[in-house]
Amino acid sequence: MRRELLKFALFSALVLTVPALVKGGYLLNVLVFVGINTMLAVALNLLLGFAGQISLGQAAFYGLGAYLSGVLTTTHGWNPWTALCAAAVAVGLLAFVIGLPILKLKGHYLAMATLGFGIIVFIVFNEYVDVTGGPSGFPGIPGMQIGDLRFDSDLKSYYLIWGMALLVILLAVNLTQSRIGRALRAIHDSEVAARVLGVNARLLKVQVFTCSAVISCVAGSLYAHTVTFISPSTFGFHFSVELLTMVIIGGLGSIYGSCLGAALLTLLPEFLRTFQDYDIVVYGLLLILMTMFLPGGLVQGGEIVWRWLRQLWPGKAG
Amino acid sequence: MLEVHGVTCVFGGLTALDEVSFTARAGEITGVIGPNGAGKTTLFNIVTGIYTRTAGRIVLDDCDISGLPPERLARLGLVRTFQNIELFGQMTVLENVMVGLHTRSRSGFLSCACKLPHHLAEEKRIRSQAFELLEFVGIPDLADTVAANLPFGKGRLLEIARALAVQPRLMLMDEPAAGLNSRETWQLGELIRKIRENGVTVVLVEHDMELVMDICDAIVVLNLGKKLAEGTPRQIQENPEVIAAYLGEG
Repeated sequence: MRRELLKFALFSALVLTVPALVKGGYLLNVLVFVGINTMLAVALNLLLGFAGQISLGQAAFYGLGAYLSGVLTTTHGWNPWTALCAAAVAVGLLAFVIGLPILKLKGHYLAMATLGFGIIVFIVFNEYVDVTGGPSGFPGIPGMQIGDLRFDSDLKSYYLIWGMALLVILLAVNLTQSRIGRALRAIHDSEVAARVLGVNARLLKVQVFTCSAVISCVAGSLYAHTVTFISPSTFGFHFSVELLTMVIIGGLGSIYGSCLGAALLTLLPEFLRTFQDYDIVVYGLLLILMTMFLPGGLVQGGEIVWRWLRQLWPGKAG
Repeated sequence: MLEVHGVTCVFGGLTALDEVSFTARAGEITGVIGPNGAGKTTLFNIVTGIYTRTAGRIVLDDCDISGLPPERLARLGLVRTFQNIELFGQMTVLENVMVGLHTRSRSGFLSCACKLPHHLAEEKRIRSQAFELLEFVGIPDLADTVAANLPFGKGRLLEIARALAVQPRLMLMDEPAAGLNSRETWQLGELIRKIRENGVTVVLVEHDMELVMDICDAIVVLNLGKKLAEGTPRQIQENPEVIAAYLGEG
C-alpha cells in the first residue's frame, strides 16, 4: 500500500513538473489532451482490464458529457461545474439502465451491443440539429472557472485537466486494491466461482460499467469547456476503438499502463509528422510490433527494462 | 439440513436426473457416489443454482432454495467447490481467499475508492481472517504465490479455504480427491473431518471409494440419473444392486 502511494506521488510530481520542461506552446496543448484521454482510458480499463467486460461505446458517454455540458451552459446559461455534475448524474443513470440488460451479454455480443449504443448516440449528435447543431458542430461553450480564476490558457487548462486526471487515477487505484477490485478480477477469471462465493456478478458489472461511463462523461464535460467547440466526429466509433487500443497497448489491468497508452497514442501521431504521407503506415506498424512483442502492454516493457537495469547494476537496485 | 425432493433435470431429450430425493443431515458428511454419467455433478449444479431444474424442490433448513442463484445461496450459507478447481488464476493465494470473504464485508464503491477509515479497518480484518484460513488448510507459506502457479493439490486446498471463507453451514465438494496422490487424499480426509467438527455439514461427490467409506456418515448412490440406494457405508457396501451397478451387471 505504501508502495502504491509512493508510485502515485512520483507520478504526480512528474505530471506537475512537465509544463516547466516543455515551455508552453503546441506540445503543452497536446499534453492537455493526453490528460483527457488518460481519464477515458483508465475508465475503460476498470471495465475491460479488471472486470473483463468489453465496451465499444465509450465515446458515446464521452460525447454525452461534452454535449450536455455544452448545451446546459451555452443554451441554458448554467454554471459549467453545475452542468458537469448534472451531466455526470444523468449519464450515470442512463448507463445503469442500459447496463442492466446488455451486461447479461458476453464477449462478442456485448461488443456488438455497446457498439450499437455508440452508433445510436452518434446519430443523435448528428441529426438532432436544433439542440446539438448537427454535423457542423456546437460553438461558443464557456471555459471553466473557479471564482475569479479562468482556465483560459494552455497552462491553466493543463493543471485543471491533469488535476482531475490524477484524482481519477488515485480513485481507480484505490478501487482496484479493495474488495470491489478483487471481486471484479474474480469475475474476470471465473464468473461462476465468484458467484458461488457470494459475489453478485451481475450487479457489480453494471456498477463498474456505470462508474466507467461517469468518468468518461466528466472527461467529456472537461473537454467541451477546454476546447469550447465540439462536433460529432470526435465522438464516433473510431474514437471508441482508439480508446480500446490505448488500454491494450498500455496494459490491461494496469492503471498507470492506461496513462502510458493514452500518452503514446496521443503523442505518437504528432511525432510521426516527419514521415509526412507515410505517418499512418508507421503508426500502424508500431502498434502491430508492440502487440506482437509486448502482449502485456507498455507496462510489461517497463518491467523488462527494469529487470535489465537491475542486472546491469545488481548492487544498486534492491 | 439439506433436503432434495424429486429433482428432475432434462437436457433436450436426455434425462440427466430422474426424481432424485435424499436428505443430508446436519453435522454429517454425506457422500454421493455412482458410476460416470450417473448425474452427480448435474445434481450439484442444480442444488447450487448453476443449472435450472426441470422439476423438484430443494430445501435448506426449512427454507425453499430451489431456483435461487448461487450468489444468494452463498449468503444463505451454501457454498461449493469444483471438480476442476476454479481458482482466480491471476490473483495471489491470499487474494483468492479474500474474495471468499466478500459477503463478510460491505464497503461500497465510494468508500473503497476514497479509502475511508472503516474500509481500511475492514480490509485489515479480511486480510488476517484470510490468513487464518490458509493456516487452517495448511498453506500459509503460499499466501503471496499467484494462484495459477500452484500445484494441483495445493490449489485444491486453496479452493477449500476460499469456500470456508464464506462461513458456510453446508459445503458441497465435487470430487475433492480427483487428481490427488494417496498421501494428499489422506490429508484431505482429515481436513474434511476437521471442517465437519467446526460445525459445517458436508456433501461430497467422490470416486475414491476408500475415502468415501472412511469419512462418510451416509451415502447416496446414483446410477443413470436415478437414486439406487441410500444408507450407511456398511449398508451400501453390502447392497447387491450397488455392487451390480459398479461391476456392470444387469
